This record gives sequence, structure tokens and C-alpha cells, in this order.
Amino acid sequence: MNTGTSQGSFDPDRRWRLHPQVAVRPEPFGALLYHFGTRKLSFLKNRTIVEVVNLLADHPDVRSACRAAGVDDDAQGPYLHALGVLAQSKMLVAEEDQ
Amino acid sequence: MTVTAPVPRLVDQFERGLDAPICLTWELTYACNLSCVHCLSSSGKRDPRELSTQQCKDIIDELERMQVFYVNIGGGEPTVRSDFWELVDYATEHHVGVKFSTNGVRITPEVAAKLAASDYVDVQISLDGATAEVNDAVRGPGSFAMAVRALENLRDAGFGDAKISVVVTRHNVDQLDDFKELADRYGATLRITRLRPSGRGADVWDELHPTPAQQVQLYDWLVAHGEGVLTGDSFFHLSGLGEPGALAGLNLCGAGRVVCLIDPVGDVYACPFAIHENFLAGNILSDNGFQNIWQNSELFRDLREPQSAGACGSCGHYDSCRGGCMAAKFFTGLPMDGPDPECVEGYGEPALARERDKPKPSVDHSRSAGRKASGPVPLTLLSAPPKKFCNESPV
Repeated sequence: MNTGTSQGSFDPDRRWRLHPQVAVRPEPFGALLYHFGTRKLSFLKNRTIVEVVNLLADHPDVRSACRAAGVDDDAQGPYLHALGVLAQSKMLVAEEDQ
Repeated sequence: MTVTAPVPRLVDQFERGLDAPICLTWELTYACNLSCVHCLSSSGKRDPRELSTQQCKDIIDELERMQVFYVNIGGGEPTVRSDFWELVDYATEHHVGVKFSTNGVRITPEVAAKLAASDYVDVQISLDGATAEVNDAVRGPGSFAMAVRALENLRDAGFGDAKISVVVTRHNVDQLDDFKELADRYGATLRITRLRPSGRGADVWDELHPTPAQQVQLYDWLVAHGEGVLTGDSFFHLSGLGEPGALAGLNLCGAGRVVCLIDPVGDVYACPFAIHENFLAGNILSDNGFQNIWQNSELFRDLREPQSAGACGSCGHYDSCRGGCMAAKFFTGLPMDGPDPECVEGYGEPALARERDKPKPSVDHSRSAGRKASGPVPLTLLSAPPKKFCNESPV
């Protein structure tokens, strides 16, 4: 399954969503993610990032999804980084690529 | 996936246990066409109380509700169950991924083609020697050819990335490069795990477990090959041999915390290497389901409490190995709060030399005419310690 994300680049101006083969399991600390295609496990280490991930598909770009989860623009750095890591491991896919 | 705020380290979260396992091992049957000398589950004969198809499906339903991501199906030889493929399909249809371990006996070209068509099934072929001579001494005559045929069938069907699962022994540790080549030849990934003194492994461990020098050799090989080789985080007891973090994986016993074992009759044990009444948490049929056992059994609650470092408390490597593998200690008759029998600081050797009482097996399905290792035999075992954490490191 080719998710088509360009190598290593995470463009927060695009719409992203969870890969359809990724399951999210809520946990007290955040959530566990499992990708049935790559068989990799990942973690969301707090509830805010869980919320951001859940909101991604409803927003035209990542920054507005962050805002909707209550993360102001000047606090988005770590979230964008975390989402970039998820994109790199194909947990997230950019919308046009599906 | 790191994010800002100071949250407890994941390893601490895991130590206290999760509401549901990340994955679990499910031995579907004790029946097996082979009789490997180091079998963890002492398999051979089918247990007459084996769970029915419907009972298995009910368990899958429960695992789906708990969002257990996948099950590692084994045995015995799981594919000899007549409903095996039905159960695999049922699990994947219910969002429970399947990895299964097999000696290859039923991986025909037709089966390989079917497997190649699924995104949710992963196959692990057990092989304990890179040559028939070394392999068959442990796994039985013809078992090397059978495994290789399965690998050929999978490759020819276009099945991507099968796993070759090797238990490292004194006799195959020099073949690690050969195993890697074999895996490359079949487009497979090599997975190597630790020989455990569990099941019939208890009878052969003394002769088969790698020597201290071989442990170093193994460690160096693992570090050199990094993430390209899977280990099931099986070798954390060796992490004291180098810099922290040099060995890929998680240093934590996941037993009863993030993993466990379901056996063919529905008994739930803390880990695949601990099929013994001391590690039995309950029975799914008689104790009100899997979730109840996972969340409420006294044994699992105990395992989620902070464990005592005991005799290892003053050792500088304790943070790396945390005293090693619970099952390895138990089945070699060593105290639970002391060093691992293969402790890299060498504390295991004198402990093994002392008077010790090896526990009697409480479950044994071996065929009475089982093969016996006679004299020095090249052997292997298939598994990982109770510190093992599924098949991949999550961090």
C-alpha cells in the first residue's frame, strides 16, 4: 500500500488523517497506535495530542486542527514535530495521497 | 512521538500494566507434528479439553472489545487444527491482527497464495539451524526441509516479509550470518530469540544455552545488525554488555503487564515462557472471561507492583536488565529476586553451581515416545523472556 507521502517532509499546510489501517486505543496516558500494515506500534503521550490526531481529518490543515484542540500557534512546535514523526512512520497520510 | 509536558516514562506506565494487553500469545493447540527438544509448551498430544471453535471465537470477540491489537498464535503446531484458517479469518475480520508461528507443515502453495492476499496476517517460520544438520538435531528429522519448502512457497506466492524465527543455542550461534543470508534469500526478516529453560527446554537448557563467550558474540552481532533483525526484545538480559540503548528494544518484563499467554484449554499465564501453575492467572471459561482475568487476577496485580531488586540491588547494571527473565530464573531453580542464570556480570554461574531445586513441570503434553536429546546435540529454543514485549519495540 503506497501512502505516497513524500520522503521525510511533513507539510502542516495540508490536510492529514490517520492511515485507514491504523487503530487507536485510548490509554490513561494518551493512546496507543497500531498500524496493521506496517505492524508498528506508536504512542501518543498525552491527551491533547490524541485530540489533535482525532481532529486532523476535520480540518484543512494541521495548524487549524491544533487550534481546535486548544493548542495556540506559539505552542504548536512539539505537536507538529510529533505529527511529523507519525507521518514519517505512515501512521498519518496526507489527504491527496490516499 | 514525544510531546512536551512531563509525563511518566512509558516504561513506567507499562510497568504498572495496561487495561488490556498490547498483544498476547495464544497457543491454539498442544498437538504438534514435531517434538522439538526445547519446546516451551511441552507440546505433542492434543489436550481433550481444547477450546472449541465457538469458544475461540468468543475469546476473539472479547479481544476485539478490549482492542488487543494482535495475537501471536502458536502451539503446538497451530495449523493442524482443522478450524485454524477459519479462526485466522475471524480474528482479522474482527480487527485482531494475527501473527502465527508454524513449522511450515501446512504452508502449501495454495495456502501461501491465500496468505499473500491478506494485509493482516504475518507468518513466522521456526528454524533452529541454518543447516539441516544443526536444525534437525533439535527440531527433528525433515524439519529443515519442511521449513524451507514453506519459505519457498511464501516467496513464490509473493508473500512479503515472512519471518524466520530462530532460537539461539550453543550450536547455532555461529550461524547467525548464515541465517541472515537465508532470510535475505527468501525476502524474509530474521527474528532471533533467547533459549528459555521452559517446558521441555528445562531438560536441555544446560547443554544448549550459549556460553558466556557466545553471549558476548551474540550481543556484538545484535548491536551490529540493529533494527534489521527482530528479537522480541528477548535479550535485554545482555544489555549490560554495552552502552545503554546500544541494544534495540525495551528493557522490561511485560509479563502480566502488557502481554500474557492463553493456552489451548483457556488457561491464562503471565507469559509464553511460564506455563506453570505458579504463573497461572485463571481460566477464561471458569473465571468469567479474559478481561476479568487480565484486570483482576491476583497474580497479574502482583506482577504490576514494583518488583524487588533483591540480590541485584547493588549491581550497576540493574537498570539495564532489571534482574533478567523471571521464567529463566524460575525454571532453573534460581531465586526470583536474584540474578538471571545468564547474567552478564557472571553472577548466574555460581548460582547455578549451587544446590537448586528445579520446579517440576505442571503441564506436559509430550508424546511418551518423544525424542530425547542424547549426548551433545545442536539444539534451539523458540521464545523470549518474560521481559519480552511483543514482537517489536514500541519505543
